[in-house]
Amino acid sequence: MRPAVYATDLRVVAGDATLLGPVALTVGAGDWVNVIGPNGAGKTTLLRALGGLADFSGRVDHHGKPLKALSRRKRARSIGFVAQSPAIPPGLTIEQYVLFGRAPHLRPLASEGPRDFEVVARTLAQLGLAGLSEREVQTLSGGERQRTALARALAQEPRLLLLDEPTSALDIGHQQEVLELVDRLRRDIKITVISTMHDLTLAARYGDHLVMLAAGQVIASGPPVQVLTGPHLAAHYGACVDVITHRGQLVVVPIREDGEPSSVPARQPLPRPKEHRNART
Amino acid sequence: MTSARHPTRPPASWLAAAAAAALAVLAAAVAIGPISLPFSDVAAVLADRLPLVSVDHDVAPVAAAIITEVRLPRVILAGLVGSVLATAGTAFQATFRNPLADPYLLGAAGGAGLGVTVALTETGGSLGTANLGVTMAAFAGALLAVALAYALGSSAEGRSGASLILAGVAVAALFAALQTLLLQRDDEAVRDVYAWLLGRLNVAGWDEVRLLAPSAALAIGAMVVAARRLDLLALGDDEAESLGVNAARLRLGVIVAATLGTAAAVAVSGLIGFVGIVVPHAIRLRAGPSYRRILPLAAILGVPFLCGADLLARTLLAPAEIPIGVVTAVVGAPFFLALLRTNRVGRA
Repeated sequence: MRPAVYATDLRVVAGDATLLGPVALTVGAGDWVNVIGPNGAGKTTLLRALGGLADFSGRVDHHGKPLKALSRRKRARSIGFVAQSPAIPPGLTIEQYVLFGRAPHLRPLASEGPRDFEVVARTLAQLGLAGLSEREVQTLSGGERQRTALARALAQEPRLLLLDEPTSALDIGHQQEVLELVDRLRRDIKITVISTMHDLTLAARYGDHLVMLAAGQVIASGPPVQVLTGPHLAAHYGACVDVITHRGQLVVVPIREDGEPSSVPARQPLPRPKEHRNART
Repeated sequence: MTSARHPTRPPASWLAAAAAAALAVLAAAVAIGPISLPFSDVAAVLADRLPLVSVDHDVAPVAAAIITEVRLPRVILAGLVGSVLATAGTAFQATFRNPLADPYLLGAAGGAGLGVTVALTETGGSLGTANLGVTMAAFAGALLAVALAYALGSSAEGRSGASLILAGVAVAALFAALQTLLLQRDDEAVRDVYAWLLGRLNVAGWDEVRLLAPSAALAIGAMVVAARRLDLLALGDDEAESLGVNAARLRLGVIVAATLGTAAAVAVSGLIGFVGIVVPHAIRLRAGPSYRRILPLAAILGVPFLCGADLLARTLLAPAEIPIGVVTAVVGAPFFLALLRTNRVGRA
């Protein structure tokens, strides 16, 4: 089967600064890959490039087709993107907002038809939002808002779902709720998920594979046990942590020696000569 | 979700009600004036002017001329200007995701003002009659200012909304300074320039209508057609792109359409403020945030708003006329403050 994403020599530059790359990445169809890395590592930039939202050089194939050869509308019919904190205009209802996900399926000037309303109703039901379709998005709780944003992307009927830190604004209960939901949907409707994640323990729990970025480069890639290691986290996060196994799962535990406030290791210096500026990650 | 009412399109009943309101105000504005004319006379004269229609009426020729040559062009011009400004204001608010954006945002007002000032001071033109030179100078100035703001605002971080707005502020300040400099050297023109700045529908004739109508129709049509994509742009550039919209091209296209319409309106009517803010926000209170609803309704309801304001301008202190820009500001400023107090603007 052709991979959902095949990227090689992928680079993103802004002016003189290289934000990302060169990156090589393969994501199998139906997989869930989490992208981790310290602030400014280029996680969001990678996600935006894979979605065709950032200008990049190099090659990205989406299910065997070059991303650059797809028209915007075709791309939008197969790749869904949920931003870290989606802007939702006040006064918009859930139904109005999720219906926007049908836009790539409509011809210019055409209006949504019965099939579009069917897809929206089905998606709302899948995400447990069916009874709330007339509610204003602004009045929802954080978890419900995140589910609404997911519903908007899923209404596009994508084969690949890109999530930018989908749980960063949620408490631990809602984090689990949203991630469980994504995992169930991924199996039910057979889509590929690539997500940036801040919480390393959750990233290990939910991803098949982890990709660790630092300073725009892939540091490690593979199953969580290979990527989430004490030395990697010390070198690239500047973090003093133990990675332990608890009930068969990896857990990242911050360590603080008694009475020794600064036992935090120094980060590895950035490997690139050019100034690294990336405010988006 | 087969709800009877489409969630984002404007219901036909709303469009019909808005059109009926527009027609009622237009008719009243033609009938009311220093010489009051019965509605039946107005209807008879207007019907008689329609192609293929002949209506026998005994309206005096003078009264008929007042209707067709004085009031009708002025009322139609006011309606067109109101429609363009309301639509352009809505489009700018959508494009910049800023509820306070108005049609003059990118320096159209300052550019038109400078254009008129140059025409009146350097070439000795006058505002006495319909003056095509002054009109074209306003049009050129407005387009120049917006093009300059767009070019300057684009270099930084690829045409984000904020950098364009800042460039517009800078261009407006520069043009205002140049205008002040020119006026200081020629104090005879000051009075004419200010009369123009406050709105000048009082000299409107069919020439102005013919000048404005094509660009107004083109601009309004382009903006209304873009409504569905503007709804997506409201979600953010990345989301809009991920939904298949070319955000940069859409923004440029809408700015061009809104600017063309605004410049044409400013050129024939002077600067009339608050239309582009009051009308869309009043609609938003009832119709919600979808531009597929707001834009067509703004295009229709801008007509009665400005016709009504013009009616007040010429009747309140009759026989004297209040500048129409003063009327819209007196109506618009309290409305705007009331909106701010109820937090609708801040959240929009």
